[in-house]
Order: sequence, then C-alpha cells, then structure tokens
Amino acid sequence: MAGKTLYDKIWDAHVVHREPDGTILLYVDRHLLHEVTSAQAFEGLRVAGRSPWRIDTALAVPDHNVPTIDRARGISDPVSRVQVEALDRNCAEFGITEFSMNDIRQGIVHVIGPEQGATLPGMIVVCGDSHTSTHGAFGALAFGIGTSEVEHVLATQCLIQKKSGNMRVSIDGELGPGVTAKDMVLAIIGTIGVAGGTGQTFEFTGDAIRALSMEARMTVCNMSVEGGARAGLIAVDEKTVEYVCGRPLAPRGRLWDRALVAWGDLKSDDDAVFDKTVHIDAATIKPQVTWGTSPELVVPVDAQVPDPADEKDPVKREWMQRALQYMDLRPGVAITDIALDKVFIGSCTNARIEDLRAAAGVVRGRKVARNLKLALVVPGSGLIKQQAEDEGLDRVFKEAGFEWRDAGCSMCLGMNADHLQPGERCASTSNRNFEGRQGQGGRTHLVSPAMAAAAAIAGHFVDVRDLN
Amino acid sequence: MEKFEKVTGVVLPLDRSNVDTDSIIPKQFLKSIRRTGFGPNLFDAWRYLDQGEPDRDNSGRPLNPDFVLNDPRYREATILLARDNFGCGSSREHAVWALQDYGFRATIAPSFADIFYNNCFKNGILPIVLDTVVVDKLFGEVDASTGYALKIDLAAQTVATPTGETFEFDVDEFRRHCLLNGLDDISLTLQHADAIRAFEERHRGEAPWLFPNE
Ligand code: SF4
Repeated sequence: MAGKTLYDKIWDAHVVHREPDGTILLYVDRHLLHEVTSAQAFEGLRVAGRSPWRIDTALAVPDHNVPTIDRARGISDPVSRVQVEALDRNCAEFGITEFSMNDIRQGIVHVIGPEQGATLPGMIVVCGDSHTSTHGAFGALAFGIGTSEVEHVLATQCLIQKKSGNMRVSIDGELGPGVTAKDMVLAIIGTIGVAGGTGQTFEFTGDAIRALSMEARMTVCNMSVEGGARAGLIAVDEKTVEYVCGRPLAPRGRLWDRALVAWGDLKSDDDAVFDKTVHIDAATIKPQVTWGTSPELVVPVDAQVPDPADEKDPVKREWMQRALQYMDLRPGVAITDIALDKVFIGSCTNARIEDLRAAAGVVRGRKVARNLKLALVVPGSGLIKQQAEDEGLDRVFKEAGFEWRDAGCSMCLGMNADHLQPGERCASTSNRNFEGRQGQGGRTHLVSPAMAAAAAIAGHFVDVRDLN
Repeated sequence: MEKFEKVTGVVLPLDRSNVDTDSIIPKQFLKSIRRTGFGPNLFDAWRYLDQGEPDRDNSGRPLNPDFVLNDPRYREATILLARDNFGCGSSREHAVWALQDYGFRATIAPSFADIFYNNCFKNGILPIVLDTVVVDKLFGEVDASTGYALKIDLAAQTVATPTGETFEFDVDEFRRHCLLNGLDDISLTLQHADAIRAFEERHRGEAPWLFPNE
C-alpha cells in the first residue's frame, strides 16, 4: 500500500464518523473566531437553545472592524461598533476567551493564532475566514469555513466534510536576492491559476520551502486559497518546533516531550502518492506585481502589462480586458511606470515582524515620494507592534513619512476607516486585488513588503533588486 | 432549511469568470449581524451607479442599466448561470445569504470555489456543476430568447431546457439527502454525540496536549 501524505495523516487522525458516500464527520482541535463571521452563528445557538460543545478550543479576536488610530476613543462607525460589541457580548455569554480591542495580544486572527501557540502541529484548525490556510505552515490542517459551519463547530466540535485531493507544489532551488515568500506564492498562483487548486489541499515542498522562516511559510500558506485550495500544508521540521516552543498556549514539560514525538511523523511518507504535482524552480522567480483584479493576473516587476489580444481563450481574454479597464491600464505599459497614490504594508499575509523588518530595511534613511497621499504600516498584532517599536522600526517608518498604526486588518479590506477612494491606486502587501477590495473603485497591486516599501519611496513600482 | 426538490425558474446569465465574493456582496454589508436583508445589495458595486452603504434605503438609488441584474428580461430569475470559479475569495456566507435573499434557488457554473460551494448547501441553494461546453450552450440559448427557464430536479439530478434537452449533474449523496429533506446539519451531527465523545476519549489518549484544561 502506498504511503500517506501529510494531509492524509492529519485527516485520518480526526475522523469521527463516516457516511456511506464518504462524507466525514471531522473533529476540530482549534476554533478561531472574529467579529465578521460569528454573530449569526452565536445567534443560531441561542435560538436553538444549544450550548458550545467545548469552549476551551475557541479563541476570539476582533480584527476586521477595529480602528488603527485613537483606539482609546472606541469605534466611531456605529455599524462596526455593534459588530465588535456583539463579539464581546457573545464571548462573555458563552465563556469563550477573547483578546478584546485594547488587549496588547489583539491582532489579526491568523497572526495571533501562531503567535500565542494556539496553532499547533497536527491540529485541525478552523475559522470563519478563508485565510485560515495560513496556519498550515505549522503542519496543521487549517481551512476557512462559513458561518453555518462556525455554528456547527461551536455546537458539535465537528464539521461535515468531504476529503479533497492531494496536490504537491514543489519549489526547488534557491530564491534570488530581494525575492521573497510573497513573490514565490504570487508566482505559484500565476502559474497554476486561481482555480488551480480547487478541490485540492496543497502541500508545499522542496528546498526553497525548507529554507523559509516560519513567518515566510505563513505568507505562502496564507495565499493557498488564492490558488483555489482551501488549505496548504508544510511539513513539520526543527524550525516549526523552535517557533512553537515556549509560546503561551504551547504544551510544556512532559506534554511537550510527548507532543514532539508525535510531531516527528508530520510529513508525507516517501512513497505517498499525490493526485497532482507542480514544480517551480525558485531561481526563476523575480519580484512580482499584480496588474489585474485577481492574484492570477501577475507579472514580474521588469515586465509590461500584458495584452489580452495575445490570449487565445475567449473567456480569459474577456476577463483580462475587464481587469484592464477597471485598473485603468493599457497593454504594454512597463510595470515600473505605474505611479501610485497609496501604499499599504499590513494584513495576515505580510504584517509579521520579519515583514516589517524587510520593509524598514528598504525605507531606512529615505523619504516617501511626494506624489503619495498615504503610506501606511499596520502591524499584525499588538505584540508585533511592541516588538517593532523595541527594535526602533516605528521611527524608521515615521521618519520616512509613513503612518504607524495599531494592529488589525485595516486597508486589506477597508471595513474600518482605512480605505481607498474611487480611482486611487495602491501597492499593497495583502492577498486580494479584487474590484473594490480596498475601497469601492480602488485599484490594488499586490507585492511583497520590500517591493511596497521601495514603491513608496519611488512613488511608482521599482525593482527592489536595483536598490542598494 | 428550505427543502429543495424541483425548481423551475428563469435563468439570469452572468457572463464573467472568477466572480469573487467581494463582488457578490461588498464588504461594507458584512457589518450586519443578521442573516437576512442582503438581497438589495447583491452585486452592489455592479448593480448601482452610486456607492452603497449598510442600513440605507436602496429603492431610490441609480441603477446601472448595463448590468444584467437590472435587465427586465431577468427580473423573475431564480437560477443564476455563471462561468468558472464562481464564488472565489472569502468564506463570507453573506454572499450566499445575498443570493438567497434576492430569490436565487440554484446556481449553475463549470466550477465553483470550494467554501462557497459548501456554503450554498447550508442555505438551501443548489450549486450545479455542468461541463463548460454545456454552460456555453446554455449562455447561447438564454441570450437568444426571453423568459428562458430551466427545470431542475434534484432527486433525478437533472437540468432540463425548455426544449426538453436534459443534462445530468453530480452531487454528493449526503448533501442531496439533506437538501431534499431540508435537514439541519447540527441536529444530524448531534445524533452522533456518542461517537464524538468516544472519539474525544481516544484523541485525549493520543494527543493529551490538545486537552490542556482537563
Ligand atoms: S488581513 Fe485581510 S485577508 Fe487577512 S483576515 Fe484580515 S481581512 Fe482577511
């Protein structure tokens, strides 16, 4: 019999019940919650008179609607405030641990899970949020669920699921200087397409993945969902263990020793069979910039905006044309000639300490270009903000003309006050460039933190490899 | 949940691929803590010429005449015909609530994003995957006639066109059963409460660090 993939192993260890057609009742070890997708689930429990099955697996945090400035004054938008207060109330009523808005541990749900050790190898982690895939960097099977499923997990600790396929994404060789995990994952999506992983779980393998830090691995897994997969996994190694060790919710003492033994097996067997495999040579990856309204519409920074006329598939051609129109770009324009209005460094993709260090490294001693209306840095959590300030990164950003804010999702999707005005163009380290994502009529280009920082200094895109 | 057995309805053709959940229901409407009332803001940015805000009366807003949802031919539509990778992006179930609140009972596309596909079943909307060639043909037929309606039979797993041409589709047996009978997932799962407890017992033995508070 063929060996098992990492996905198979975690899945098999969590099967509670199997229906004849292969539908599975799957046990959940960690349930993360935020304010946008949970209120209706708690309401459902209340209406049905149900109580949560196991509250100690749940951890909640408000992140999407929180202001990133003047937080002591509370939330001025009444609709946002109602949603955050609903989370506070629901957590208090049902006894769920919450890091509330003014707690230093507050931050983007996918940043604080790993930071607190709430995400552990081998777990099944779910959250009413598609970027739950981030936690797959720890060899945890982590995926986003809808609100009905949030209610289902609260009530039963389980999910009704069908198993997906196994797809290996192997990145071999070495990334060039100035090229980051963000460029790697954008290049992967550019290669396989936004639906390339539909119905699959990715496992990212290869020396280039092994060489990444845990922060960088989270960036890659974060965008699995942009490649169509609900989850993306990376096998556990010494870096994983080192990152987890000593975190507030990580096991200690004898439990830690036992966990370590179990985690040693969290990798695919050598003879495991994958349904699909793609290989990408890391050395061929350049810094990436998206030009359209989907992460798939991406090119290297030294390229031009592509011409839909060269596309043979009529549906894709039409899609590209629509994207160009929305983005107000013409085919053939050099990416480095695209001027910007705003720059956003933040989100669950790229707001960890390593991302802030990379951006600060580019910014140090330089000034934000005059044509920029706003350059914003929003750390992923209160603790990251504190660490960055201890390292003096806040001063580097502020001296250059960036705004330095409190933690949250912020301009990744602009549910709080931070968003684009119609027609504004933004270099963003987030994960989605959909129409209106950062504000109705706003135009988003996805890039790495170093590329965003370099663009803020130049006022237009530049190849970060040309700076020194 | 509303049962789904047979639905005959006018088809609305949304001829775009990779329609994402941010387009189906823009973020400002996610601030609601209710499950209903999203219909008037379905495809808000495409449908209206001004910017929509939550808790605002939508009846007087300027409509975008070029957007298919505003075409009087499709006013009664209950079936949405779309292209590849429909519903990609976020996990927001608000996208499905908006489709449902508007009046859609089914969506047909060559492929759907996984989380969206799942969310549909939880809300009594049937997502039907048909081959690209078939979807292409349906787009052509919808365009060529007024009041074009399809007949969907979930028990038989078929979609029939006005001329009687029939296409079969696949759907998981378990999901089909739940939808046909309007069953609530949570009550179904709680019938397995003993199995869940037995699993927890075993799991605690194998991975006690996942049960730190006991
Ligand atoms: S940072 Fe952006 S992508 Fe991440 S959870 Fe927040 S809104 Fe979603």
